[in-house]
Amino acid sequence: MRILITVFAALFIAAAPLSAQEETITVDVSGDVQEALQEALILAEPGSTIMIPAGTYNFTVALSLDVPNITLRGAGMDETILSFKGQTVGSEGLLITSGGVWVEDLAVEDTPGDGIKAKGVDTITFKNVRVEWTGGPKAENGAYGIYPVQSKNVLIDGALVRGASDAGIYVGQSQQIIVRNSVAEYNVAGIEIENSYYADVYDNIATHNTGGILIFDLPNLPQQGGHSIRVFNNKSVNNDTPNFAPPGNIVGSVPRGTGIMVMSNRNVEVFGNEMGENATVNMLITAYSQDYDDEGFNPLAQEIYVHDNTYGRGGWDPDGLAKEVIAPKTGVPLPDIVWDGAVGSMWDAFFGPDADETIHINEKEGTSFANLDFVYDMIVPWQAGIDTDISNYGGSIAPLAPVKLPQDKAKD
Amino acid sequence: MRALFQAFVLCAVLLSQASWAEVEVDDEALMAKRPAKLLSAYGLFRDGASQLPSAGVYPYDLQQPLFTDYAHKYRFIYMPAGQSAAYSADETFEFPVGTVLVKTFAYPADFRKPVADIQLIETRLLIHQQDGWNAWAYVWNEDASDAVLKVAGKSFPVSWTDETGKVQNIQYVVPNKNQCKGCHTYNKKFTPIGPKARNLNKDFPYSHGSKNQLSYWSSLGLLRGAPSHGNIPSVPKFDDATAPLGARARAYLDINCAHCHRLEGPASTSGLYLTYGEKNAVNWGYKKRPVAAGRGSGNLHFDIVPGKPDLSILIYRMISTDPAVMMPEVGRTTVHKEGVELIEDWIAGLE
Repeated sequence: MRILITVFAALFIAAAPLSAQEETITVDVSGDVQEALQEALILAEPGSTIMIPAGTYNFTVALSLDVPNITLRGAGMDETILSFKGQTVGSEGLLITSGGVWVEDLAVEDTPGDGIKAKGVDTITFKNVRVEWTGGPKAENGAYGIYPVQSKNVLIDGALVRGASDAGIYVGQSQQIIVRNSVAEYNVAGIEIENSYYADVYDNIATHNTGGILIFDLPNLPQQGGHSIRVFNNKSVNNDTPNFAPPGNIVGSVPRGTGIMVMSNRNVEVFGNEMGENATVNMLITAYSQDYDDEGFNPLAQEIYVHDNTYGRGGWDPDGLAKEVIAPKTGVPLPDIVWDGAVGSMWDAFFGPDADETIHINEKEGTSFANLDFVYDMIVPWQAGIDTDISNYGGSIAPLAPVKLPQDKAKD
Repeated sequence: MRALFQAFVLCAVLLSQASWAEVEVDDEALMAKRPAKLLSAYGLFRDGASQLPSAGVYPYDLQQPLFTDYAHKYRFIYMPAGQSAAYSADETFEFPVGTVLVKTFAYPADFRKPVADIQLIETRLLIHQQDGWNAWAYVWNEDASDAVLKVAGKSFPVSWTDETGKVQNIQYVVPNKNQCKGCHTYNKKFTPIGPKARNLNKDFPYSHGSKNQLSYWSSLGLLRGAPSHGNIPSVPKFDDATAPLGARARAYLDINCAHCHRLEGPASTSGLYLTYGEKNAVNWGYKKRPVAAGRGSGNLHFDIVPGKPDLSILIYRMISTDPAVMMPEVGRTTVHKEGVELIEDWIAGLE
């Protein structure tokens, strides 16, 4: 134990974004800022800090960073604005492919593609960063706002993301993730954790999205089998923006007015959240339901534990698939919590899945629930029905350990 | 507008090389941590304006080149004296430290006369240094007397007359080092793309006669471990109508897409793998759903819908020039009409 603590302390020191001997470069904004900033991003020595003064700067090509341990800092998310309204080259505003990068106090606006993407990096931090499409929610907006993928040790803290035509904050195929203190609004998906392991999503506000917080797992990808994710103390309320994702994308199927949605995945704990004013459903748990060709993929949501959340109004005006498939079975309004009931075998369908593969719910008296029993439905359709007795779904899963990140000094 | 100048086709130029003064490749400059400001500092060319290489710098060509806005490309390879590359059947050869891959991008004023009035645009160097490969782009100046390092890339208009006599205007983009890496990455390491056995296995019109490039490299001692000629893989040219359609289409996708779209490449996140040897049908796009494609999905549901090119995301992204939609993401600002037709024909014939 003592050795472990020492190691952690050492990591904290190593990951500190600034120390006395490291170089600080202030980008010269008097001339061609695009060239000056991109040159700094290429020529900076590892460990340097690149400062971008307050101002709005226009870019026509994507920026990229491939030098490790760089701190890229503006004067504030409303002061230093990188605008990509006129971008003609590159599928994101800023691409980060080196580890140990810390991005702080700046905004990226109006990228035709993704806002800021970090691909395949170890240790990446977004602190007080804003990514926004300033014209409001539109299908022409870029897909992802803050987009770390195939990365580990991901910290997103104090972010503000608006208008993404897919997910505002999207963490895909990654491990060891914290998303906290952030606001995601007017996106299709506010916050989405996809095909990822070990994530803590807490103290965020997801509002006016199509769906607030999504925990997804998809087939045919290098990393799949998402697990060990905690979603707690978030507010996912008033998600009332009609789905504006280009069809064909998985989030295109998310109904307007979804609070928190878990699709496939294993070992997900959802607790202490406030959900309400979500017109389709506050809490939705489903299997991956599209056809696919991937023997290694488990489409089911298993070992999901939902407890101690608060539920405001929900389900009074279901949208899309929920309207077509769920409402006819449950009636309107939909219950606070809906599980599709998809399980792994005929045995499970008749007798219920094993305790370690099912879902568990522990909410205060009066919380409404429905297991749609979709698989059972197919086997014995004459007994078709739903199970609304929440007390059949007690129990819990083994507690998940909090995620710890080497760059996170704010936490103990 | 840059001045046009007179140059010659490579093989013709090489015939006259005796008349030029000797220039030696500067290994020290190539291995320096900081790149030289001017291309001439490396001594790779006896005469840059006419793309005449120095001794020990060999021209080569690829069977299936990457499409870059119809630019003509002159490629050269240099290895330090006594060094050689290790043959690989499927992947890029293992080149020794000190190797330089040189690629010059150029536009003849009139594509119907490809050997006259050639405008040199840029020369890209991939240099194999002690700590790995490094990439730098040098942009040719007006009179083609030298080319200047552009760390952050550059963009400027280029025009030419195409084979049909039509004038084409584009905004040419010189990539920065990171954009180079965007494609040149294999298992997170900077790696050349083109020089693979299947792509180099073709004849080249050397000044002393036409020869298979790999046989020639082996005879020069530049390549070791290559099997006998008949055992080296090859791919057809994409426009060789006598070759099987499927092979041509897969070879085209291989060189234009698979540097990213493979398990070891930058686009591994998508699960779409377009390497020539990929056997898993879902992985090469057959009825594969898009992932994180955003607007790139174009309201379509599968990368390839057999028999239906119009419903295939692959085609949708190849015919786009919208930065959020187009594929490849960098390297072109126009649509490769002939490449699109090839892939459309192939998808139309899939069952």
